[in-house]
Amino acid sequence: MSPVPSVTRRGLFTALGAGAVGAGLAAAGTAVASERSDGPGGPQDAVPFEGAHQAGIATDVQAHLHFAAFDVVAADRAELAGLLRDWTAAARDLVAGRPVGEGGATDGPPLAPPADTGEAVGLPASRLTLTVGLGPSLFDDRFGLAASRPEALVELPAFRGDALDPARCGGDLAVQACADDPQVAVHAVRTLSRIAAGRAAVRWAQLGYGRAATVDPSAPTPRNLFGFKDGTANPSGTDAATLDEHVWVAAEDAAAPEQAWMAGGSYLVARRIAMHVETWDRSSLAEQEQVIGRTKGEGAPLGGRHEHDAFDPASLPASSHVRLAHPSRHGGAQMLRRGYNYTDGADGLGHLDAGLFFLAYQRDVRRAFVPVQRALADDDALSEYLRHTGSGVWAVPPGVGRGGWWGEGLLA
Amino acid sequence: MRTRALAPVLLLPVLALTGCGSLVESTEPASGSGAPADGTVAVTATDEACEVARTDLPNGLTTFAITNGGSQVTEVYVYAGERIVTEKEDIGPGTSYELTVDLTAGDYEVACKPGMVGDGIRQAISVTGEGSPLEPAEQEAVDGYRAFVQERADATVPLVQQLRDAVAAGDRAGAQALYAPSRVPWETIEPVAESFGDLDPRMDAREADLLEGEEFTGWHRLEKALWTGEDLAPVVPVADQLLLDVTELAQRVPNAALTPTSIGNGAKELLDEVATGKITGEEEAFSHTDLVDFQANVDGARAALDALRPLVEVADPELLASLDAEFAAVQGALEPYRSGDGFVSYDTVGEDGRRDLARAVDGLSEPLSRLGAAAGGA
Repeated sequence: MSPVPSVTRRGLFTALGAGAVGAGLAAAGTAVASERSDGPGGPQDAVPFEGAHQAGIATDVQAHLHFAAFDVVAADRAELAGLLRDWTAAARDLVAGRPVGEGGATDGPPLAPPADTGEAVGLPASRLTLTVGLGPSLFDDRFGLAASRPEALVELPAFRGDALDPARCGGDLAVQACADDPQVAVHAVRTLSRIAAGRAAVRWAQLGYGRAATVDPSAPTPRNLFGFKDGTANPSGTDAATLDEHVWVAAEDAAAPEQAWMAGGSYLVARRIAMHVETWDRSSLAEQEQVIGRTKGEGAPLGGRHEHDAFDPASLPASSHVRLAHPSRHGGAQMLRRGYNYTDGADGLGHLDAGLFFLAYQRDVRRAFVPVQRALADDDALSEYLRHTGSGVWAVPPGVGRGGWWGEGLLA
Repeated sequence: MRTRALAPVLLLPVLALTGCGSLVESTEPASGSGAPADGTVAVTATDEACEVARTDLPNGLTTFAITNGGSQVTEVYVYAGERIVTEKEDIGPGTSYELTVDLTAGDYEVACKPGMVGDGIRQAISVTGEGSPLEPAEQEAVDGYRAFVQERADATVPLVQQLRDAVAAGDRAGAQALYAPSRVPWETIEPVAESFGDLDPRMDAREADLLEGEEFTGWHRLEKALWTGEDLAPVVPVADQLLLDVTELAQRVPNAALTPTSIGNGAKELLDEVATGKITGEEEAFSHTDLVDFQANVDGARAALDALRPLVEVADPELLASLDAEFAAVQGALEPYRSGDGFVSYDTVGEDGRRDLARAVDGLSEPLSRLGAAAGGA
């Protein structure tokens, strides 16, 4: 396997540091008692909506994803704030497994379109979380938000080998819907899109399945479409100290008072990473393990025996993915990854259009995703099998309190 | 156009609404329990008979629930003298269809035509009653909108006459120039025309709407001939038929089944037409005059809103404000494409432009979908 960087580059399948298993505060935020669910899942099936941080970040990774980026077409700041208020109100119902709007799917006036689209009727809350982010483009001159743009909300630089499709990049707003039932996640995004009509329109969207990361160290590490365990060293969703250090924006991070609204928030990077699974499947087991830096079966670092064995990254092949992504090479930087596998039909040439929809939350992309991806794009042996086709970065505001709404601290 | 006539189905809820007493007294909602509701008249067509369950009817909206119990394909007409009030063709054996029409007092005939030929088996019906079952403000809205539809339908006739004459004269350039303008009044009132069931497929079908063996007629047949360089002589009969059809449409407007709800839903359908036909450029595949139709659809929807305005002002002023703002946004999105008396050719509108138009249309369509219910007082 040649270490020479090739046309295509990839992101971060594997460890960005040891996820310390620790006691700690519930990272998903101080929870208000969860809403009941109508479905068979019962109340424990609903993830609390309110909290210091938005749900859907440190929350145990659900089985399915529907991610959507939106262009805001609202005329002014008041209309934008109204949209986020309306979204928040709908989200409170959605995550509790309740239909949205007066009359829901079937009990409204028969001559009016139903307020709820209905495809989630009878399904449990399915641990649905809705997480909203604000893109750099939202902070242009349309809504008078330029001064409030956090310094850390930078546009991602170009990385070697990027093959980004503009139709899968950016977006003024992003919604990450995660649920254990894919239909519940799709219903949520569809509902928010409908509510947004005239104020925001879907720019691009992505479905994902088979969680490609976990934030629960006691759960088995899931595998990506290369067949390798992915996210072995992801931070634990309950390790408050690690999350505070690497994931949540601290009050002192604000470069100016106008940027203080991000305290308790995080920065989300999404990358749609197409995998050349056919060529990967033709490479030998030994080569695959050399490229990754871990064994395929156990997921142990090469030279080790168990997945969670401590290892010296310098002992791994120089162009291996795990070595290049290791936090020791990036000032200790960690990201919380909760990506999903995707398969979007075929490429028209006889191959599956498959890959990883990489999602990573971090305190500052300039110290985490950007340097790590730069290193991978330049040297990672895995790059030969990857192509980054979509990209975006969003400021994810802090969680919502009782009666609050998404983006309140910025727009109120 | 639509590949299926949706209007009669759409009108069923109107009858359901009457159960709330707001439109037609002593009318119960259709329950689906088997017994037809008042206001619904069963018509059983067989090869030898045309049984109409009731022959003395009150004036107002009537739905003929037609079942073809015969072995041949049939069609059902309602005549006032020799004038066609409404019709439904192509009702296959064992199938049923509901035809809703607004009948004023007078004598009519229901005709079933097994095999779709001849004068048919006729049954006389008598409609009696005076006054409107609608509230005065509702009646005013319906009357105002019907007058608009009548004016537009009447205006179509001379425009299609000119188009027909140019085609018959082999004047391709002249006919091309007349083609889009001849469609404008039609595109403002298309949902009403669709409510007649048969006119729309004959007049406005796209080639892709048809199955093999079905005849391609109407405006788009002429469009194809005009823009693909076909000899025009063979399509003169198509132009002749189109002229007969627009004339018939104008004659049938007085019996169009209109209620505040159906008018509001018609406005929504006009925007649906924009979203699914014009934005994609499928409507005018050869002439690329989609934006002319687009503007006419928007104008027609706005005329419907204007007719309903006094009702909506009371029922849902917030909705009205939102609709006014969104209509302005759609108009603003169209303005850059004006050219002379019309619009630029749609094939010059790029992906970004089409996306922006689509977003403006979505912004209007979502609140517009609530107009029918609001106007009906739901």
